[in-house]
Amino acid sequence: MDALDVAGLLVLGFAAGMAGGLLGVGGGILFVPALVVFAHLAQLEAIATSLVAIVLVAVVGTARQRDYGNVRLRDGLVIGVLSPLGVLAGLLVANAVPERALELAFAAVQLLFAWRLAGNVGLR
Amino acid sequence: MRLAAIATAAGAFSALFGVGGGTIIVPLLVLWMGYGQREATGTSLAAIGVIGALAAAGHALYGNVHLGKGLLVAAPAIAGVLAGTALQQRISERAVAGVFVVLLVVSAAVLVF
Repeated sequence: MDALDVAGLLVLGFAAGMAGGLLGVGGGILFVPALVVFAHLAQLEAIATSLVAIVLVAVVGTARQRDYGNVRLRDGLVIGVLSPLGVLAGLLVANAVPERALELAFAAVQLLFAWRLAGNVGLR
Repeated sequence: MRLAAIATAAGAFSALFGVGGGTIIVPLLVLWMGYGQREATGTSLAAIGVIGALAAAGHALYGNVHLGKGLLVAAPAIAGVLAGTALQQRISERAVAGVFVVLLVVSAAVLVF
């Protein structure tokens, strides 16, 4: 890694953390490409390594949001603890359905959520 | 029951794509459980902490976690999350939802293209 690589990681890392704090996501959408491009990791290694940053962002973000009164801790922990059910379901689906179909299905779900959320707050 | 369904969906999408739990958890908490936008983001982060720690432990067993590079990108991210949570308290929930809609559209576009 050279100076440009380090600068890239710092800028995208900050942006990913910002997105995490503002929007409640882990930031993997930025961490993973940042680690591929600037830390020269393979896709799987980047996904695995991004989790280090995602966990730290999530823990610090949760603590701050808790101070602001914005965390229903029990619900959050229940979702986290039960998520391995979904991991198993995901692995079964991944072995049965072509990857391209999965990508398009996930994109469709996200667009549906975008449409409904926009309606929810009167943005459309 | 709804929490279990949200957990299953978030775990499945995270496992399939390596990212994306938050883009499932936040909308479902808002649309399905009546959470405010700020509450949904805070609670989503708590869930992601657990989901991420479980997934990191699994990947670490296979030796795919590069800890040094992870910490290098995590350090500015911690500054970012402090800035992001502070900013979120100063803008309307409607604005937070609007930015989230943009994130969903961008994320969908990344998946398609």
